[in-house]
Formats: sequence, C-alpha cells, structure tokens
Amino acid sequence: MRKVYLDNAATTPLLPEVREAMLPYLGDVFGNPSSLHDWGDGAREAVASAREQVAALIGANADEMIFTGSGTESNNFAVKGLALAQQNKGKHVAVSAIEHFSVLHSARTLAKWGFEVSEIPVDKYGVVNPDDLRRSLRKDTVLVSVMHANGEVGTIEPIQELARITRERNIPFHTDAVATAGTTPVKVVELGIDALSLAGNQFYGPKGVGALWIRKGVRIMPLLDGGIQEEGRRAGTENVPAIVGLGKAAELAKIHMTDRIKRLTPLRDRLLKELPGRIERVVVTGHPQNRLPGHASFCVEFIEGESMLMLLNSRGIAVSSGSACTSRALKASHVLIAMGLSHEIAQGSVLFTLGIDNTDEDIDYVLEAMPPIVDRLRQMSPLYAKFSKTVKGGK
Amino acid sequence: MPVYSKKVMDHFMNPRNVGEIENPDGVGEVGNPVCGDMMTFYIKVKDDRLEDVKFKTFGCGAAIAVSSMVSEMAKGKTLEEAMKITPRSVADELEGLPKQKFHCSNLGAQALNKAIKDYLSKKKKGGNK
Repeated sequence: MRKVYLDNAATTPLLPEVREAMLPYLGDVFGNPSSLHDWGDGAREAVASAREQVAALIGANADEMIFTGSGTESNNFAVKGLALAQQNKGKHVAVSAIEHFSVLHSARTLAKWGFEVSEIPVDKYGVVNPDDLRRSLRKDTVLVSVMHANGEVGTIEPIQELARITRERNIPFHTDAVATAGTTPVKVVELGIDALSLAGNQFYGPKGVGALWIRKGVRIMPLLDGGIQEEGRRAGTENVPAIVGLGKAAELAKIHMTDRIKRLTPLRDRLLKELPGRIERVVVTGHPQNRLPGHASFCVEFIEGESMLMLLNSRGIAVSSGSACTSRALKASHVLIAMGLSHEIAQGSVLFTLGIDNTDEDIDYVLEAMPPIVDRLRQMSPLYAKFSKTVKGGK
Repeated sequence: MPVYSKKVMDHFMNPRNVGEIENPDGVGEVGNPVCGDMMTFYIKVKDDRLEDVKFKTFGCGAAIAVSSMVSEMAKGKTLEEAMKITPRSVADELEGLPKQKFHCSNLGAQALNKAIKDYLSKKKKGGNK
C-alpha cells in the first residue's frame, strides 16, 4: 500500500544529513560541554557552532540564543520568564486566543500567580487585527505573545505590524515561531520583536530540542535553576546530540528554504482547490492565501475528524484533526472555535501538512482516497441524513 | 501500540447494521455534536423481541464501533434482555476502550435503551403494536 505522510505539523522526519551530524555525539564525543578537559572541548565546540547555525537561520546573534528541550519549553520560558522578570512594572499580559497551549496555559498559570490575562480575539481567518491588540493593551501590560503562524489552520499573523504597536509602548513582544522558523523566512530584526520560540522537529531536526531567542537587554527570569549553562538562563547539562541536530537542520533549512517553499506551495494549492471541488460541503479553514506553504486545512461537514483520520490511515495516509474526539481533553479545537466556527463544524476538522518528500502523486492519491471515505462516514451520519432530508428535499 | 483493540477496529472498519428502519417501532437519539458524538438507534419489535436494530452515528472510531457492537448484541434479544446491555458490557465485548473514550463515546446502550422506552411508551398509549 502507498504510504503518504501528511502530518508534518506533528513532526517532520529526521533528515539523513542531520542524523549523520548527530551520530558522533551519541558515540565518541560524549563529553559534558561544561567540562574543562579535552572531552568537554569537543562538546562545547559543537554546541557553539550549533548556536551560530540556529542564530543565522533567524538573523540573530549567537549569544542571544538559548537552547531548550522543546518548542513547548521555549514558550513556557518566554511567557512566564518575561512576565516574571517585569512584574514590578505591571501584572498584565495579552496573548492571542489561538496560541498553542504551551503559551495559552502558561498565561493561565500566570493568572494563578496573580497576573491578569487578556485573550486577543481573531477574525474568521484566524488573523489578529492590530486594533484588537491595541484594545487589549493596558498601562500595566508587561508582555504580548502572538504566534507567527498557527499550526492548526496555517494562518500567518501580521507580526511586524503588531510588534510596532507594542514597541511604541515599550512592551516586550514574544512570538511562537515553531510553525515558521525553518519553514518560511523569519528575521527577528525585520519582525521587530523581542523574543522568539522555535523547535527542531518542525524542520527535519530531532525531537526534544528547541531554542528561545531573546533580544539582548531584555530581561527574563530562568525557570530552571542549577548550573550556569546557557549563561545561567537555562540550567541542566545540554542535550548535545540534539542541539547539533538542530544546528544542522537550521543550516539546511536556510540553504534549501526557497526551493522547499517552491515545491510545497503548488501541492498545497492543489489540495486547497481540488478537495472542495470533489466533496460537497467542505470549508477551508485559515487564511486562503496568507498561510504556511505546506498547510491545507479543512472542516468536512456532517462527519467527525477522528473517524476520517482512522479511515485515511487505513489507506496509508497520515493526517491530523482538531476534533474533540481526537484531542485527549475531548474538547474541540480552541483555534476553530475562536475563529467563530460552530462546534458541529469544528468536529469535522482535518489537516494535511506537507513535507519535502511529498509529490504530485501523493496529492492525486489523497484526492482519490478522500471522497469515498467522506461518503462512507456521511452514510452513517444522522446529521447528514437530516441535511439530506431538509436541505436537499427528499432523498 | 494502537489506541484501539482489534475488535474495535473490526467494528469500526466493518460496522454492522448501519442505516435507518422505515416505520420503526422505536427511535432513540442521544448525544449532540458539541460533545463530539451523536447516535440514533432504530428498532423493530416482534413478540417482545428485537427483530431488527439499525443505527446512525456521528462520531469518532469508538462511537462507531460501540454503535455497531450494541446493534449486534441487541438483535434477536427480548426487550428485557436488551435493556440489560450496559456501557460496561459493551466495552467488555469490544475488548476494552481507551479510558478517555469510555464515557463520551460509549452512548450506544443508552441510545438503544431510549429506543426501547420509546417503543414501550407508544405501546402504552395504545399504538398499533
């Protein structure tokens, strides 16, 4: 059976070149970067050169990069660490309503610690309107966090415009760039931001490693206390092989980014255009144009995402869904609900996130496999039966 | 490790008794799309036995497998026996359900129960059965 992996937002595969680069650090070069002897030297050099590679990817200085254990850790660190470092100035933070849970729930934890949190609404495409950001700011706002792009609906946010508003008021701006860094051009200076999170397994690097960039001079409170790794901002012995892998993946992403975007965009556009052409009552979620290059997301009416996912899997196709049944919390995607979709429609969420291995034949295969799966589930669906009786009249 | 048992996968991939019954003797509907799952059961009764059971389900893999299993367990049983089908006995027949799916998706027994009660109340009111 043909195997088509279209869940690159969950994780990308590891590139062979990245694995090769990591191998010595899972073998002979095992030293602790903090050690002063030869064993430590090798590891220290590897971490330093990875830091250069990751910084270059986002146009930053190497000494502004902090390695972490994941995108989630970077987001926790940024939201909690930046707010705590400035709590003498105020105790209000604003985050968009469609942030990843690692930002949203960090903000909720801040609320338990005595901060006040505003959630900035989004429009039907998932875009944060600059006026809504303005309205959510207060005299005591000490942090704003808006993601660069949303991994569930693919929408890219107008970060430059949003960050201009906070800069005028001297409020630090953090962006979760886990979905964009390594995938689309990200330059921290152009964006005009103060902190940025990224993760290795989103651009063909290893899992279990991420980074947080913080503009020099912006204060952050460490969440992990211990040794003085990462300039004392993130204690704990470095995960050297993973950091080396992240560095290599960043280097390759920088070199091949334009080509990758050129390959992915037409495949994405085929899905966005042809899937609704083949199946009735399918809506595209997220912004129709201003979206991630490999990201095609939909809601299929009258059926539920997990059962779609499972039937696609039985045909060798891997996808994700934001339906309540797919999530372990059994709640429909907060992103789709914030965009104004009904719970009923949000249940039919399905997302295809393409990667560099995908081809036109993969898209042909998906376009052929999907309609009978939808049809089969609709034949079972009481909602579709009602729709057929009332709207279609008869049959 | 797969999330679902082989039995669940079998009932999800090849669900038994999907559909509606024309002029059913009883109908039971439970759930709503907000919580994720919705099931409608249709029954045909003859001599106090479930002559036919059909269902339509909107929901996840577990919800579909549960509906299918309930329909299979119920068919041919007396009403009294069918009323004894519980979420627990359905889950056991399916060789287990993931913990988080046990409550929300395991509505089949409830829907069947409702269909039987619907039949009984119609009968009481002096319906044609």
